[in-house]
Amino acid sequence: MSEPLSPRTPLSLLRTFPGFWSLSLILGAAIIPIFLCLPLLSLFVQVPFTELAKRISSPVVLNALRLSLLTSFSSAVIIVVFGLPTAYFFATSEFPGKRALEVLMNLPMVLPPTVAGLGLLLAFGRSGLVGGWLARMGWSIPFSTVAVVLAQLFVATPFFVNAARSGFEAVDPHLLKAASSLGASPFYCFLRIVLPLSSRSLAVGMAMAWARSLGEFGATITFAGNLPGVTQTMPLAVYMAMQSDLQAAVALSVLLLIVSFGILMALRTRVFLGPR
Amino acid sequence: MATARGKGKFAIALVIVVAMVWVWGRSSRYLKPPGGKAKTPLVVFAAASLTDPFNEMKNLFERQHRDVRVVMNFAGSQELALQIEQGAECDVFAAADQRWMNDVEQRQLLSERPRDFVQNDLIVVLPARNPGPVQQLPDLSRKGLKIVVADEAVPVGRYTREVLNRMSRLSGFGLSFAEAVLKNVVSEEDNVKAVLGKVQLGEADAGFVYRSDVSQRVKEEVIVLEIPPAANIVATYPLAVLKNSTHLELSREFEDLVMSPAGQDILANHRFIPVSRGKGRP
Repeated sequence: MSEPLSPRTPLSLLRTFPGFWSLSLILGAAIIPIFLCLPLLSLFVQVPFTELAKRISSPVVLNALRLSLLTSFSSAVIIVVFGLPTAYFFATSEFPGKRALEVLMNLPMVLPPTVAGLGLLLAFGRSGLVGGWLARMGWSIPFSTVAVVLAQLFVATPFFVNAARSGFEAVDPHLLKAASSLGASPFYCFLRIVLPLSSRSLAVGMAMAWARSLGEFGATITFAGNLPGVTQTMPLAVYMAMQSDLQAAVALSVLLLIVSFGILMALRTRVFLGPR
Repeated sequence: MATARGKGKFAIALVIVVAMVWVWGRSSRYLKPPGGKAKTPLVVFAAASLTDPFNEMKNLFERQHRDVRVVMNFAGSQELALQIEQGAECDVFAAADQRWMNDVEQRQLLSERPRDFVQNDLIVVLPARNPGPVQQLPDLSRKGLKIVVADEAVPVGRYTREVLNRMSRLSGFGLSFAEAVLKNVVSEEDNVKAVLGKVQLGEADAGFVYRSDVSQRVKEEVIVLEIPPAANIVATYPLAVLKNSTHLELSREFEDLVMSPAGQDILANHRFIPVSRGKGRP
């Protein structure tokens, strides 16, 4: 492995290599951060702080925030529990039709979320393929909090599975061969070699899947509907507020931004990413 | 083996690219007829519920004015009002709701007082495929039903709640009717078509929509329950030409078409309630 470049400040870069290359690198690298941060900052500028505090303490907002956190964390846990074996199996096994299945499993990432919601309705709705059968047993999924989680699972799982898979594939197979020649069981190898070596990919995949779940909108409103306290997550609350009160919508967006920033920041700490 | 697979992939990619180019060509020919000289565009902003009848209006108007191209923009009235207030180019505005037309008028963006051109009222729809326990309107208050309505911010959602309150005061429903029905609400949708969709798919046991929403296509998928006239509301749709219109004369002609017997017939065919028959410009 090669030694990673030592980080340097823009100023020291210019001092060491003064000239066109350094300058254009810095200018080119500045455009995307500015473009990405501008809309986010604009939201903050729009809302007076007192207004924000007032909005946040309203029951509708608290309900939506609680529901958003509950569902997105449930989704993240379920995605990791079922995504780990899936990713490991796909990283280490070969079978006919694997490629096609992989592409199919990635489709939810590119589908318009409304299409995803419609598909979920036709599968798990009362008259759907599986839902019809569930309904006869007295269990109806649409319009419930379970439906919110299902919608999030559907769109977010591929993000984790893809990241975990590439992490598993990067593990040197010689290490596993050596371990098993010394008597380590496959389970022990997975737990003590594969997982630690791919922990970074797993954490990144988990953060992406969680973030996608938190922001889920289209599939949720189509499949789970919109009812405060039951299926109205933060993105839905923002959208509904926009229909009548733009200021409220901006306040909700700012709250969502702050919460997302905090959690993504926490996931970037060493606890999750491990030492570099 | 590897090259055979490579060739197969190449063939698939080629087919997709050719198909995309073909679609591109077709669509641009549709947008700009070959050899045709540029037509005058007339921009009409209309409420989403007017989609079908106003597309017919557009065809009729274009047949009468060969050199005009009518550009329709359909969306929720409140969204259209917002676009107009933000400076979108628009000649004629047709709203589903007085509130949003008033909003535009108060900002002095209209060239005239708005005119009411059609009316609508509410009905209750049930799924036709697997009828639930709802046989008649009072059944809507039964515990455990799944009822879908529009959110209170949407005009039809506001009308729904008003109709429910009025029903509670009728004999045969009971004072707690509105409250009981609202307890059965499992989703507050952002527009009327979403309410209809949930009923069509059989996911909701009942929903409140406009009469005009039950088109010929929808008719076979739902059962309609009439709301007693004493409890129903009348939604009146206003229409106006904007002050900034660059084709005032043409815009007025479009407005006259909507108000004319032919225009009112189109609306009536789509289950709207006409307001005027043969009334000309005052």
